Amino acid sequence: MKILTVCGMGIGTSILLKMNTEKALKALGASADVEASDIGSARGAARTVDIVLISHDLAEQLGDVPAKVIEIQNFLSVDEISQKLAPEV
Amino acid sequence: MPLPALPERAIVIGARVRDWRAAVTRAGDALQRAGVTRASYTQRMVRTVEDHGAYIVIAPGLALAHARPGRDVLTEGLSVVTLAEPVSFGHPYNDPVRVVLGLAVRSPERHISAVAELANVFNDESVIASIAAAERPADVRALLRS
Repeated sequence: MKILTVCGMGIGTSILLKMNTEKALKALGASADVEASDIGSARGAARTVDIVLISHDLAEQLGDVPAKVIEIQNFLSVDEISQKLAPEV
Repeated sequence: MPLPALPERAIVIGARVRDWRAAVTRAGDALQRAGVTRASYTQRMVRTVEDHGAYIVIAPGLALAHARPGRDVLTEGLSVVTLAEPVSFGHPYNDPVRVVLGLAVRSPERHISAVAELANVFNDESVIASIAAAERPADVRALLRS
């Protein structure tokens, strides 16, 4: 399974989300490749992943993609990420 | 790798600002005052929010302001601004913001490691409220070292 985390520039918030997604996967006993991306490349990158984790604002910019898009409210909350990923992994 | 340096000059306690733009600008001014960045970096941090929206409000009450590494970053560093009155950034869930972090680093690789380190500090979300309530810069430094 592949997961993409997205932010505006691909080096800040998306990295934070990637780190916390890896912690969430560990808590769930699941494994997946997690990559971070900026919103500009996310549309292309989203074609090759199963799940996109993204903020509400940027989800609107991303539009329709083949991957399942999950909005994350609190990027620091490993609990929120775990709950939202649990049905998918 | 440790967090970028957080000099006392880069910490502002109880800033009074009227909107998110002023709050991000204060975080940028603090970086500039500490010799970390030039003024254009502050403008680029504001533009990031204009271009991409309020997603930099990564958790309830906390904004992580930054821009891409560039020549206007002289050395790496952090700044922290706590707000006397919280302001709205236009985030659907995490407003209002009480604490603004400013981050400036010199390479994308270092940016990633600094953010990873911040993720570790803020996995304990009570740190946000503790920073918001801090009365002295030394208290903020102690909280971020934890």
